[in-house]
Order: sequence, then structure tokens, then C-alpha cells
Amino acid sequence: MTVFAFYLFAALMIASGAFTIFARNPVHSVLWLILAFFNAAGLMIIVGAEFLAMLLVVVYVGAVAVLFLFVVMMLNIDFAEMRAGFMKNAPLGVAIAVILLAELVLGIGAYRAGALDLGTPDGSATPLVGESNTENVGALLYSDYLFLFEVAGIILLVAMIGAIVLTHRAPASPRGQQDISKQVRRRPEEATEMKQPGVGQGVDL
Amino acid sequence: MIGIEHYVVVSSILFVLGVLGIFLNRKNIIVILMAIELILLSVNLNLVAFSAYLNDLTGQVFAMFVLTVAAAEAAIGLAILVTYFRSRGTIAVDDVNRMKG
Repeated sequence: MTVFAFYLFAALMIASGAFTIFARNPVHSVLWLILAFFNAAGLMIIVGAEFLAMLLVVVYVGAVAVLFLFVVMMLNIDFAEMRAGFMKNAPLGVAIAVILLAELVLGIGAYRAGALDLGTPDGSATPLVGESNTENVGALLYSDYLFLFEVAGIILLVAMIGAIVLTHRAPASPRGQQDISKQVRRRPEEATEMKQPGVGQGVDL
Repeated sequence: MIGIEHYVVVSSILFVLGVLGIFLNRKNIIVILMAIELILLSVNLNLVAFSAYLNDLTGQVFAMFVLTVAAAEAAIGLAILVTYFRSRGTIAVDDVNRMKG
């Protein structure tokens, strides 16, 4: 049963990942991306990482993918023109992908042949038996990784402030560009200047 | 229990798909950002699989940090994209070099 679920999730995830990059319409790409995230969450549940799987669904599907959808629909873009270089770049892209995949397969083969030693964990982060995955991750996060956790929060704060600063436009005042206090502050002596030009000399402004 | 090699193979394929997506959709920066998300997803999957395999939770904690950075990166990237689209009326990455100055 577990094996069946693994192959189902893995096949669906790879297929939806492929559709994400090959889809003609970016809206479809976002929807395929959401399916890929769901299947990745399923794969994580199979190995017992429920907390991270739920986090993936909440953060990626609930926030990031919806953000992508907003941007895709907000910007009115000619997508047909965007596809223009698709076939031109295809040979290079496929070549690099094949090389990368060959290297990764070589690495996995080396591991299977016993050339790589993964090492053994020092046991400080071993999950406690009888506790749920969420409790274990939380206990580790709030003790050993407390400062990194705080830094992650600061990164999110900086990202939020940055996104707001980048996209925020100051609203135009309801009265247009009129600044009433500036008009009231205006005094005759700084607005006008008295000149006594001689006859036939003109004024030098 | 599924062997670790299965997870490594699946996440390698997803990683390669993400890299391929960056090359294929050179003009469409939205799909490039989505391909980067695919790459980070495959990395997360790898971290979680090894965390379960080695019975060590550090991988899951690290995957959470990767998730944080990925979310921040998507938000900032899309914000830059929106401001760029407002000023240019297009998101073609070919002439992004005009952005300097």
C-alpha cells in the first residue's frame, strides 16, 4: 500500500512538474505547480514528516501559489509573445538537463556502490518515540535552533517590508496636488518683488 | 518503508525539470520563478527523505528554513516584477539591463 502510494505521488509530482514548465498558459502552470506541491506533501507524509507536509500545503498552496495567481492575472501580458524563444532555447536546455541528470545518476550510483559514506547522526536530534512529528520538530526548533528560527522570522519581516515598499504607491490626495497649508503659509514678501525700473531700461528678471 | 534511493531519484528528476524550465522559458520570468520553486521543492523533499532515513530531525528543521527563504524570495521577486511591469508595461526579461541607473 505504501509502495503504491509512493509511486502514485511520485509519478503525479513529476508529471505536474513537467506540465508546469511546458504549459502554454502561466495560469495553468500555477495550477500544475499546486498539484506538484500537494503530491510532494503526500510524499513527505509517507516518510512521516507530517508537520512539514502540512506546512508545505499551507505556505505554498495557500500563500505562494495564490500570490503567483494574483500576479499572473493582474499583469495583462501577451503570453504568445513570451513563448517566442521556446524552441530556440530548447536544445541547450535539454542538453544541460541531460548532463545534470547524468551527473545526479552517477552520484546515486556511487552511493549504491558504497563509495559514499553518509555518516551517522550524532543523536542530538533523534525524534523521541511516542511523540508526534510536530512535537518533535517544535521541541528541536525552540531549543537547538532558536536563534536560527528568530533569523527566519526576521527574513520574513524584511521580505514583507521590502515587498510593501516596492509595490506601494502613495495615494493621490483627494484634492489633486493642492497643498492648503502651503497656500496659507505663503506671504506677499516671498511671492512678489518690487522693482523700480528706470524709463526705457526694462526689468531684469 | 521506501528506500532512500527512490526519494533521491524522484527529487533529482524534479530538480532537473526545474533547471530545464529555467532554460525553456527564458522570456517568461513568472515561469522562471515557478521553476525555482520546483527546484526548492525537490531540495526540500531530499532533506526530508534523508531526515527520515537517518532518523535525525535536523533535515526537517532545515527544510523549514528553506521553505521560509523560498516564500520570501517569491514575494520579493513578484514585487520586483510588479514594479517593473508598472514602469515598462512588459515583463520581457531580455531588456532588463535597462533597469540600471
